[in-house]
Amino acid sequence: MKQLIWILSCLGWLAVAANAQAAPEDDRLNVVKAVQKKYPEIKFEDYVYGALAFSPDAKAQYDAVMTFPPYDAEIEKGAKLWETPFKNGKRYADCFPRGGKNVVGNYPMFDADAKKVVTFEMALNQCRTANGETAYKHSDMSTMGLLTAYARTLSDGMKMNVKVEGKDALAAYEAGKRFFHQRRGQLNFSCAGCHISNVGNVLRTEYLSMAPGQATHWPAFRGGDYTLFTLQRRYAACNQMVRLAPLEIGGEEYNNLEYYHSYLSNGLPLQASVFRK
Amino acid sequence: MYQFPTSIRAAGACLILMAGFAQAVRADEPKAPTGQELAFDNRKGNCLACHAMPGESKAVTSTNIAPPLISMKERFPERAKLYAQVWDASKANADTLMPPFGKHKILSDDEINKVVDYIYGL
Ligand code: HEC
Ligand code: HEC
Repeated sequence: MKQLIWILSCLGWLAVAANAQAAPEDDRLNVVKAVQKKYPEIKFEDYVYGALAFSPDAKAQYDAVMTFPPYDAEIEKGAKLWETPFKNGKRYADCFPRGGKNVVGNYPMFDADAKKVVTFEMALNQCRTANGETAYKHSDMSTMGLLTAYARTLSDGMKMNVKVEGKDALAAYEAGKRFFHQRRGQLNFSCAGCHISNVGNVLRTEYLSMAPGQATHWPAFRGGDYTLFTLQRRYAACNQMVRLAPLEIGGEEYNNLEYYHSYLSNGLPLQASVFRK
Repeated sequence: MYQFPTSIRAAGACLILMAGFAQAVRADEPKAPTGQELAFDNRKGNCLACHAMPGESKAVTSTNIAPPLISMKERFPERAKLYAQVWDASKANADTLMPPFGKHKILSDDEINKVVDYIYGL
């Protein structure tokens, strides 16, 4: 009898644990299923193309640009940053498993000791400071931006695999989720209003991309002059578009947002440094 | 000090006067935007972000987010209802994407009236 009680209570705890894990996964599946229901003809893997998935013309233009990316020289600059040893002789590659290959899909990750979301950019800075270098500014596209334009290519093809484990991680995820769904500012828009409720609809001239897949392909080189945008710079741009003062790139609010937002891209392949309008 | 020839000085004075005149003309006419301009302007109504206007040849948009603005008089016999929709769309639909133009002071009452007059003609 005692044994049975033990077993039952263990099962109970397991259920509680499983439940805590299920919430983010339920969120993700609900968001993905809604896109699948509305656009059964679009393959899940193609969500990484975002708005291009709705427009064969725009996709053809994208494919043409991607054959010989005009911004290759920028990625080369990033490669040079990545490969140049620190003053102590160590390199970025020494800070990551597999020399930095196939790691980006695990970011943002939750640092349970610091109780903070750690983005890949933060991990790069942690590598710098651990080796006696000063941290880059997250908003500086000519250092941090270029560095990620190369470093993230080392994870091309890896699937997004963000984990939310434990109470503190879940709290950060929930904060990001609230950010994504909360209406803000004079125009009263939320991210979800455009990228969940109106996926594939056209805002004046632009198709609205689906949230799953939006976090897989950064940085992007945008527009006629191929301006480099990290994911968080894109957040700031979307905030500005709806007349909200953008928040700090690399700050906690955007980090939590990136945590939730990237979780929605789980299972989708990464590809760094793509072209976007 | 070097002296400019008279003709050049005169021409210079003329230019300065003309520039001042042009400025004065512009200052005299702080052109108030029309209802249509307010509706199209993406810093103002930006209605075209979400609404097509099938009866308006000047309206350039590919949007399909919200119902097209057409036959407004038939569909909104009560002008007040139309005004209320633009003033605060969330009254009719709490989940709406449409910004609350009056409630959030995106447009002034006067501007909303102009926009409503304009779309009432569509
Ligand atoms: C009023 C509509 C609107 C709102 C609100 C909005 N966006 Fe966007 N967003 C767009 C449009 C339009 C684009 C460009 C087309 C596209 O890729 O969807 C875009 C693009 C993006 C992209 C780039 C996608 C890609 O593949 O290049 C990301 C990421 C993004 N938005 C995230 C957000 C986040 C996060 C928020 C909230 C902070 C937000 N957006 C709020 C309209 C909006
Ligand atoms: C960001 C999107 C957006 C913008 C900008 C917008 N609307 Fe709307 N509007 C909607 C949506 C969505 C609806 C559908 C009903 C609802 O959800 O409230 C709507 C409904 C309406 C309706 C009711 C139409 C009907 O057939 O029932 C009117 C009238 C209207 N809008 C007028 C305007 C005017 C005028 C402007 C500009 C000053 C404007 N809207 C700007 C999204 C928008």
